[in-house]
Amino acid sequence: VSQLGAGTTNRPDNTAFDQQRLPAWQPVLSAGIVIPGFLLVGLAFIGIGVALFVTSRSIQVLENDYTGTGSSVHCSECVNPKTTPCTCQLNFSLSALFQGPVFLYYGLSNYFQNLWGDLSKSPSSSCAPYQYDQNTTIAPCGSVANSMFNDTFTLYQLVNATRKTVPLDGKGIAWWTDYNIKFRNPPEVDGSLAAAFNGTVKPVNWPKPVYDLDPTNPANNGFLNQDFLVWMRTAALPDFWKLYRRITEGEYASGLPAGNYTLEIQYNYPVANFAGRKSVIFSNTSWMGGKNQFLGIAYLVTGSLCVVMSAVMLIVYAKFNSPDEDF
Amino acid sequence: MDSVMSFFGLDCTKKKEKEEERHLRANDRELNLSYKYATNAIKTSKYNLFTFLPLNLFEQFQRIANAYFLFLLILQVIPAISSLSWFTTVVPLVLVLLVTAVKDASDDFNRRKTDRQVNNRRVSVLVSGELRSEKWMDVQVGDIIKLENNKFVAADLLLLSSSEPLNLVYIETAELDGETNLKVKQALTVTGEMGDCIEKLAAFNGEVHCEPPNNRLDKFTGTLTFRDQKYALDNERILLRGCTLRNTEWCFGLVIFAGPETKLMQNCGKTTFKRTSIDHLMNVLVLFIFGFLAFMCTVLAIGNGIWEFQEGSVFTAFLPRPDGVDASFSAFLTFWSYVIILNTVVPISLYVSVEIIRLGNSFYIDWDRKMYYPRSDTPAEARTTTLNEELGQIKYVFSDKTGTLTQNIMTFNKCSISGKSYGDVFNFAGQRLEITEKTEKVDFSYNPLADPKFSFHDHSLVEAVKLEAPEVHNFFRLLALCHTVMAEEKEEGNLLYQAQSPDEGALVTAARNFGFVFRSRTPETITIVEMGVQKSYELLAILDFNNVRKRMSVIVQSPEGKLSLYCKGADTIVYERLHPSCSKLMDVTTEHLNEFAGEGLRTLVLAHKNLDEDYFREWSTRHHMASTTLEDREERLDELYEEIEKDLLLLGATAIEDKLQDGVPQTIEQLSKANIKIWVLTGDKQETAENIGYSCNMLREEMTDVFIISADTPQEVHEELRNARKKMKPESEDEPTIIQRGILDKKSKMLPDETVDGEYGLVINGHSLAYALDKSLEQELLRTACMCKTVICCRVTPLQKAQVVELVKKYKQAVTLAIGDGANDVSMIKAAHIGVGISGQEGMQAVLSSDFSFAQFRYLQRLLLVHGRWSYLRMCKFLRYFFYKNFTFTFVHFWYAFFCGFSAQTVYDEWFITVYNLVYTALPVLGMSLFDQDVNDRWSVQFPQLYSPGQLNKYFSKTAFFKCVLHSCYSSLVLFFIPYAAMYDTVRDDGRDIADYQSFALLAQTCLLITVCVQLGLDTSYWTAVNQFFLWGSLAVYFAITFTMYSNGMYLIFTASFPFIGTARNSLNQPNVWLTILLTSILCVLPVVAYRFLLIQLCPTINDKVRFKVRQAKVALPPPSFRTRLRRRSSRRSGYAFSHAQGYGDLVTSGKYLQRGAISRGRGFSSSIQQRSGALQEMPQMYRAVKDASQ
Repeated sequence: VSQLGAGTTNRPDNTAFDQQRLPAWQPVLSAGIVIPGFLLVGLAFIGIGVALFVTSRSIQVLENDYTGTGSSVHCSECVNPKTTPCTCQLNFSLSALFQGPVFLYYGLSNYFQNLWGDLSKSPSSSCAPYQYDQNTTIAPCGSVANSMFNDTFTLYQLVNATRKTVPLDGKGIAWWTDYNIKFRNPPEVDGSLAAAFNGTVKPVNWPKPVYDLDPTNPANNGFLNQDFLVWMRTAALPDFWKLYRRITEGEYASGLPAGNYTLEIQYNYPVANFAGRKSVIFSNTSWMGGKNQFLGIAYLVTGSLCVVMSAVMLIVYAKFNSPDEDF
Repeated sequence: MDSVMSFFGLDCTKKKEKEEERHLRANDRELNLSYKYATNAIKTSKYNLFTFLPLNLFEQFQRIANAYFLFLLILQVIPAISSLSWFTTVVPLVLVLLVTAVKDASDDFNRRKTDRQVNNRRVSVLVSGELRSEKWMDVQVGDIIKLENNKFVAADLLLLSSSEPLNLVYIETAELDGETNLKVKQALTVTGEMGDCIEKLAAFNGEVHCEPPNNRLDKFTGTLTFRDQKYALDNERILLRGCTLRNTEWCFGLVIFAGPETKLMQNCGKTTFKRTSIDHLMNVLVLFIFGFLAFMCTVLAIGNGIWEFQEGSVFTAFLPRPDGVDASFSAFLTFWSYVIILNTVVPISLYVSVEIIRLGNSFYIDWDRKMYYPRSDTPAEARTTTLNEELGQIKYVFSDKTGTLTQNIMTFNKCSISGKSYGDVFNFAGQRLEITEKTEKVDFSYNPLADPKFSFHDHSLVEAVKLEAPEVHNFFRLLALCHTVMAEEKEEGNLLYQAQSPDEGALVTAARNFGFVFRSRTPETITIVEMGVQKSYELLAILDFNNVRKRMSVIVQSPEGKLSLYCKGADTIVYERLHPSCSKLMDVTTEHLNEFAGEGLRTLVLAHKNLDEDYFREWSTRHHMASTTLEDREERLDELYEEIEKDLLLLGATAIEDKLQDGVPQTIEQLSKANIKIWVLTGDKQETAENIGYSCNMLREEMTDVFIISADTPQEVHEELRNARKKMKPESEDEPTIIQRGILDKKSKMLPDETVDGEYGLVINGHSLAYALDKSLEQELLRTACMCKTVICCRVTPLQKAQVVELVKKYKQAVTLAIGDGANDVSMIKAAHIGVGISGQEGMQAVLSSDFSFAQFRYLQRLLLVHGRWSYLRMCKFLRYFFYKNFTFTFVHFWYAFFCGFSAQTVYDEWFITVYNLVYTALPVLGMSLFDQDVNDRWSVQFPQLYSPGQLNKYFSKTAFFKCVLHSCYSSLVLFFIPYAAMYDTVRDDGRDIADYQSFALLAQTCLLITVCVQLGLDTSYWTAVNQFFLWGSLAVYFAITFTMYSNGMYLIFTASFPFIGTARNSLNQPNVWLTILLTSILCVLPVVAYRFLLIQLCPTINDKVRFKVRQAKVALPPPSFRTRLRRRSSRRSGYAFSHAQGYGDLVTSGKYLQRGAISRGRGFSSSIQQRSGALQEMPQMYRAVKDASQ
């Protein structure tokens, strides 16, 4: 007879948790789930892949390398850094309408904007080695800011041998958060931005101070200059595009009509000495962003593999299905 | 933890220098102190208040991982290379050190407390002519101390004198050798004469020369010089620490060995810090990982050097180099930067999580109701919380017998009286019923002297007694008369039997309950109460038991004057001496005996005969002559005994059960199905051990052979072992093939398992074992033993137990478990990888040094097959997954290095790196490692085969680890290059940037997190609500934290800390980002699914098969039939009460035995004094018997 009264104490509690009896779902990799699962995933992927692939193909991209060295023929006259300022022209023709809205990008290759020490730090911290220029604070500081891309582009359409300027829209090309939250100008002194930057000097490589970046639009100056913001969003990879302008105005809002164009480039930015490449890109976008064939193809391949795999598994399952042997 | 400190302060201290011989003089503290012998104080604690911090920290930093993290911390403080903030390492490191230190401190505090408790016990010490109560720790070598009844012996003593006649003392040595019968020790006459005369004792100045401290319990050599006379001292004069004084009012002893030098302490084995084999493997792997880390960092540093040389030098327009940094120095710095970045392959959280998992699984053991023993209100306890997964890998179990396999209770279970068998219970249909606790017991209330603890279930026997059937009465009369038990009656009707063996006690108790109460004895009479009538029989002779005779008889004269001889003994022996008229009865009784033996009961046959008075007078004269001759006394006595013990009339047979603990045979069967080998190591006799082997189903009649090794020389032992091996496997070679276990340590060898056809058993006794454990024979022993299915070692000393365990540990790459209940098991419990103590009984020594404890042997099955297996499974799953997730995490950095100029740029946000292991992935994997079960406990028990993958290290090994690394490699490639290709030169749908570093980091980390979560889901086979909550919760928390950290508010408050402002919003609203995440996770996971599915189909493991069965069954499993009685087919093995020793008959008749109750002390004492001189000569065999028992 158990001498156990209700009061005896050491008996463990009879709870599902203590006794490891929590109710649980115990899925097993059974043929009934895995084989149809693979088939479904495969079919879904093929579907997505087709959609991506078709979409990507519909996106137009026009890319021109204007480094001026190597295979690039454009702007070779400007390669020599001594010829500054140097302006070169890049002519191209469109046989059909380039669907709008069209975006104008500049691209850099073999350009390591992602070196450690540069970008993991926010602009306010650790600007070395571009913190001070002869004991005066540099604004904006840091090597990323110092190396800001400063080629400029002007696009003309040749209509009856006359150059017609295509208006380029530089507003809103940076992220909203960068423009409104991340970067701030110092408070203006006496209504003048320049005065606010008193006591600082321009970055070493810059031709003009930060408050004077865009002479055409006083609001587009200081740290809130759109080109500066775009540049400061450093690229993850050594090959990258950055948005330069959008073509959204007037008759070009629906795209660039067929015809001949001239892109006038103010060639300032030296890349030849480190074998970098510069290019200029016209592109439009779709729901999936810019042109990227990879994603569609990857989906198609993965989907097909899944379908094949499900067939293989079906065969194996049919042939070897005997896990119920003696043991 | 090694918190272990026994009741007696079991622990060993190192010897300063080798002591050649011990010399001491009684009552001369000055002289004895000059030898600097250890005092009786015991110290097992390691630290004191001041040494704690430095010592403990020093110990902790000896662990490879801790030292590594300290090193990392130092690296991170150097700004030039610190790619991560220092607090990512320092917080967890301090936490880990702190927790460990607190644990160590509390362990040490407990040790100190137990030390103090033992050291402060009181004992009477003779100091300068008077008895003083002193603490144990103040006792010194050469002191004379007084012990009282039922007190522990404080140190190893030379017995000087005692309260009992002939200077005898009775001691219980259960703590030392597991034997529960009382043993007798006797003081030298010359010291015994001092009695309790304090003046004489204080004046005693005998000098002792003896052996130095050693661990042999059964041997002592020395001399006592007293009054210019030399006296030889042997083990019979020595009381060892750990014994308990019984039935002796007081005794005086001279302290010979104290404290750490006592034989008990010397036997206790080393306390070692136990680590699991997974721990060892992890250490190896961590070293490997360091190597691999160094390799990766070197590759990256070289890459950096090349990049700096080719690209960096011309890229200076944008990132000028600091002065004095050239390509090679930059590479050097990069190396260390990458060491910091890639250190996440071995994060601290790994060690923290491992401890948490072990702790959790330990709690499950504590909480398990199925390992709770209600009768002693004892739950199972995981005393060491760091060894759980090892429980799933046990290959060898070493078990004690007494108190572990058996309850150490003998019960009178069945009997056969003149051809009728009693003891079974039948229902109305005539079917035999299972006897359980609920079966109705026989009511003995008619007998006021009955022992209330005795229970019997067959009512027909009581009816037979009440009907006064003469055979039945004779049967019980014999049991009440023919024995050497002493009765103690402190108050009227409350009888206490002092039996020399528990078997005898059981028989006399049975007779008592059935109405033949043995009440008291004098040297000449035995008084019994027969069915309520007190009768005094005259005891004319005791024909004592010895190992050859295997029987004992008494010749008594009843009050009516009838002379009878009553005999009980082994069946074969008694059968030879029966009168031919019994032949019919013999046949029936033999049948019954077979039946009893088949149930594993110990049998005895009872017979009697009436004697002719004249013949007896004549025989008695011859007997007297024979017992006083000096030549061939024993032979002549034997002849006389033979002469009178013939033409006996068979009365019947008794069957005694050496009660096994509940469920022992079933447990053993289950464990052997799980491929666990069980060796029984017992201090008990060979016959007893063998018998238990049979009743536990370890030895079976259908075994091909059972080898018994009991040789006396090394050569013979070798011969017998080799013969046994040759018989099992004729083709086996003499020279064992030895596998070198590792490349690194040449010393560790390994003997491969050899398989044999058929089942064999091996019984080896302690004497042979001592030879076999020698260096030259140990491999032979191990080879032979490992071929056998069952190994039983009997008469082994505590240290031999440990040596056997060590032997197996040394040559077999196997995990061992030792289970026992007494102090004699402590050394093996400490030696084995896992020590289990049987708790709930009085002596807690084994429990205190054990790692796990519970009340019943049968819980071992659940501990191993359920908890152990799950713990192992969980730990392995955890490790595989943890390494996978961290390698994957880290390798992405490696690939990224090729695209960021090897500049130690991290792929992820620094915050993500900091909290990845601590927050995002900590709980789901913990949830899996705390709740996962492949199949539930009942299926685990149903299919013990599920246990074997653990023994073979299937789930986590170097191979498994490399598979993890490869898997991680694949995943990290996918995780880096899919986002890379998907983001290459692409833009948002509104034309803005998305291929920037911050968006890419977010994309990569999101892909990673989702992938590892899905992978976890794939690994989890037991989805409780908690698992779901942890997994989904972690994902939710990830997005919540990410959006919070990248929010405007956080940026405005901590501008410097959260530069990723807006990234989440701008990036995670893009469909191509999500499509990339989907593609990445699917590509990482689907191949694993396919691989696993194909593996299940093509070569299913035992797990897959059982899980398949479970899925098919779906209905609840009927509970495993535990209660079915194992029917054993076995031939008769019987013998006279197995734990019996020869010689007690003489003690009884000579009146030197303990005499209490009916006899007044004075009379017993005086009579013994008269006979003293003769008794010493008369009793040589008694001393031998005791010596036998201790060898």
